[in-house]
Amino acid sequence: MINLDFLNPVEDNNGLETEVNKEYLENLNVPTFDIPLCNNPIEFLKHQTEAAEKCRLSIVHGTTTLAFKFKHGVIVCVDSRATAGSYIASQTVKKVIEINPYLLGTMAGGAADCSYWERELGRRCRLYELRNKERISVAAASKLLCNMVYSYKGMGLSMGTMICGWDKKGPGLYYVDNDGTRLEGDLFSVGSGSTFAYGILDSGFKYDMTPEEAYDLGQRAIYHATFRDAASGGIVSCYHVKQDGWTLISRTNVKDLHYKYAEQPKAPLV
Amino acid sequence: MASGYDRALTVFSPDGHLFQVEYALEAVKKGTCAVGVRGKDVVVLGVEKKSVLKLQDPRTVRKICMLDDHICMASAGLTADARVLIDKARVECQSHRLVVEDPVFVEYITRYIAGIQQKYTQSGGVRPYGVSTLIMGFDYGKPKLFQTDPSGIFSEWKATSIGRSSKTIKEFLEKNYVEDMSKEDTIKLTIKSLLEVVQTGAKNIEIAVMTNDNVTKFMDSQEIENIVSEIEKEKEEEATKKKQPRH
Repeated sequence: MINLDFLNPVEDNNGLETEVNKEYLENLNVPTFDIPLCNNPIEFLKHQTEAAEKCRLSIVHGTTTLAFKFKHGVIVCVDSRATAGSYIASQTVKKVIEINPYLLGTMAGGAADCSYWERELGRRCRLYELRNKERISVAAASKLLCNMVYSYKGMGLSMGTMICGWDKKGPGLYYVDNDGTRLEGDLFSVGSGSTFAYGILDSGFKYDMTPEEAYDLGQRAIYHATFRDAASGGIVSCYHVKQDGWTLISRTNVKDLHYKYAEQPKAPLV
Repeated sequence: MASGYDRALTVFSPDGHLFQVEYALEAVKKGTCAVGVRGKDVVVLGVEKKSVLKLQDPRTVRKICMLDDHICMASAGLTADARVLIDKARVECQSHRLVVEDPVFVEYITRYIAGIQQKYTQSGGVRPYGVSTLIMGFDYGKPKLFQTDPSGIFSEWKATSIGRSSKTIKEFLEKNYVEDMSKEDTIKLTIKSLLEVVQTGAKNIEIAVMTNDNVTKFMDSQEIENIVSEIEKEKEEEATKKKQPRH
């Protein structure tokens, strides 16, 4: 495991540092998992992970999640379907993880990976708050998550998440994924249905929308993705992150949205 | 692995003292003194410069150092120990910027330095750091001044001093400190308090002034001379006033 946790470096100046740090590491740093006891575990695991052509454990990000920043904060919308191949395992999965009252994380990819690492992130954020008497910034939170998973790069983690929140610098939105990619942006959609969602989002997005227009845009984008993508469906959850924290706006079944939009006249193209 | 030392050097005495830590504090008391004063929107650090020997290059004997663009520190005690702490602190400041994408708070870096000093009082085969430090900086435009010592204690101060005759200076500061001083008054108070101890005058005083815009200015000796002569003039006027018979 490559320890990229800069806040808690292991200095090997003398025996003192390693003995103290071992204990420290156990309690505070990146959780450690058993990895193959060989020189190059990543090389060894290559045929099992996503990188291989005929890899045995292929976890596709079968979902649609989206988040975008606008004048009044950040909107986060997700679907709720979990698939295992072509079997729909569940229609009621919670894909938004409430890290703390002002930070949200979305889940795409392996459900276990996402929920575990985001809960771990929640723990680290809370420790930061206690130590520094101040809320953690969205940039720092996303960086913590990114560094945590980078230690396991190439070992088969599957996670594509968006960290959304509001801090001193205003609304914050970061995309973090299992190869350690971390991108700041104003609009993201992650998952197998993301292409469909991008189509709706990009055509309907205006920075100074009203909150109601923004909720509608997010829901519509998820609905269209669930319509065409087999791996997305179920219930659309919509959250709004404001200055004083996030609120759940609505949870609507896509079936109801389908009939609602069918009644409405289609928007003119020109 | 038996490569590390396992016998602690800093152990409790029967009446609850950590003598090594107390001896470290003694070492600090022998060091040249340093004063820090916090004003309304300025922080000033003043140190007593040891007289430079004839063949020594004065530029290499800097006692006030920058830890980051907005944090400055002075130390009293073993200079070599201070050098190690300063280096660790500088690395930590940059690490923090890398991970959290924000510059450190003064309290954070003070807590870090104090944490290192404490670690060395509770480990095998090492002795405590023989340094006390004064750390100054700005957090969101508010001036901050912190002090750490070899035991690992740290606290925030409005004005304090460390090193030689720190007690005398602290008493002087307590008598003369006023809240929300202007930049000139803060600098004057720092120099005045140092003059209590430094007999030889302006050429053995070094002053660093940090203002709201995170700019640290090291005052040059001519400016310090001017302020010292101002202070001496004021003292004379006070003295003559006292001598005059009262009406």
